[in-house]
Amino acid sequence: MPFSLLKYGLKNDYPFENDIDLPSPTELKRHYDVVIIGGGGHGVATAYYLAKYHGITNVAILEKGYLGGGNTARNTAVIRSNYLTSEGVKFYKESVDLFKGLSNEFDFNIMYSSRGQLTLAHTDATIRSFRQRTEVNTHFGGKTELIDPQQIKELVPTLNMNPADMPILAGLWHIDGATARHDAVAWGYAKGATQRGVELHQLTEVTDVIIENGKATGVKTNRGNVSCGCIVQAVAGHSSIVAAMAGIKMPITTYPLQAMVTQPVKPFLNPLVSSSALHCYVQQTGRGEMVFGGGSDPYPLYNTRSTLDLKESLLASAVEMFPFMANLKLMRQWAGITDMTSDYSPIMGLSPVENYYLDAGWGTWGFKSTPICGKTMAELVASGGKVPDLIAPFAMDRFDVFRQVNEMGATAASH
Amino acid sequence: MKIMNCPLNGPRNISEFVYGGEVKTMPNHQTCSDKEWAEYVFYSDNTIRIITEWWYHAASGYWFIAERHTASDEILKTYDPSELFNQRVDFESKPELAEEQSV
Repeated sequence: MPFSLLKYGLKNDYPFENDIDLPSPTELKRHYDVVIIGGGGHGVATAYYLAKYHGITNVAILEKGYLGGGNTARNTAVIRSNYLTSEGVKFYKESVDLFKGLSNEFDFNIMYSSRGQLTLAHTDATIRSFRQRTEVNTHFGGKTELIDPQQIKELVPTLNMNPADMPILAGLWHIDGATARHDAVAWGYAKGATQRGVELHQLTEVTDVIIENGKATGVKTNRGNVSCGCIVQAVAGHSSIVAAMAGIKMPITTYPLQAMVTQPVKPFLNPLVSSSALHCYVQQTGRGEMVFGGGSDPYPLYNTRSTLDLKESLLASAVEMFPFMANLKLMRQWAGITDMTSDYSPIMGLSPVENYYLDAGWGTWGFKSTPICGKTMAELVASGGKVPDLIAPFAMDRFDVFRQVNEMGATAASH
Repeated sequence: MKIMNCPLNGPRNISEFVYGGEVKTMPNHQTCSDKEWAEYVFYSDNTIRIITEWWYHAASGYWFIAERHTASDEILKTYDPSELFNQRVDFESKPELAEEQSV
């Protein structure tokens, strides 16, 4: 038990009165060194690392809604690094490592829970790709193993080993796989950033980007104009629309991604389980609810509506994997808006406009990269546009030279 | 269930259809630059508006065109591609041109 908790237990009054909230809203200043568009996990993490490691605190985060109210609140909180390419694995591995230390760093519990993630193979072709992912992961220091059906049975005794008549042949057991409370990650970063002097302006919508001589010099908002040294765009879900304000066309197509959650039951499922063939992933939260999700919707849309088609197919798959779930009741469903790139990797770094940095194309892999994304984007901004090695492969112009970083197989429906 | 009106088969469940991407003009791959080809293949306005797009009725193997709003998901119009493509589209490859470029 932490000492502070013991002290709290012995106190008469609530000891954190002046500590838990974000600072009250202030007027917008006329000028900031850095303006970050988007107050989600990525935006606040970037601000946090700018202040912490680079001493840049004249920073404004402009958020149209409220802190962490977009895809930060809508993802299914999966943390993993068992991707396929060297570029991807290196990047996500750093992120997993940072996640592990966040609770201590923030002095705020993000409920990081390292349970391991199990992906199921139903075909020989999938086993081959799992072998490759195991090797690449191990090479970069991750803990990933290829396991057989017997080991899968021991790990997850409640799993149906023959779901939808597709026998489980092997599993990709990613020991580093984890989950955390997504809101807490955004809150922790926001608190750390604002304590160091960063301003978080909620209900502040950027309506236009001011560009002079090919350089971004400021933004227009619903609360007036602000000039700035540089702009970071971190708006997952509406990247194309915000980038268009700066005259940038992006290689992104936007799709809804639906997920749902059941009533809570006793703890029975420790690892996160996903099936590559059934396009379904299932996990049990700390509260006992079963969360499950799948791939993005079949056609592009800017809408968080729910569809019966997806519910039917996703529930059918979930019940195939865990037959007793047929007795559970659905509690909630929701959707996020995902900015998909054609190679399932993000777009990070420079843009065609000077002093305008992109953090976009986060499709269905945004939450798990929050810490490393914030850290590398902060490095990029602080150095005045020197792209860190770790994110160089994710530059937008990779599409112009056909040098995609293909993570499709390692991403689709296994989050 | 969402219903789409197929110009060939009438109103059908949307799950019978496959999305085929926005209708856009293909640049001549023999003469265009890499950037132009990348623009055609990867880049998109991807904004909130009514877009004209290809759809495929999988059960009958029929391609057609739909006009759909990208926020409300309302399908305003579906029609046979012959309404847009009323002239022969020439996809003829020109190997002699490619040879010239490689020399």
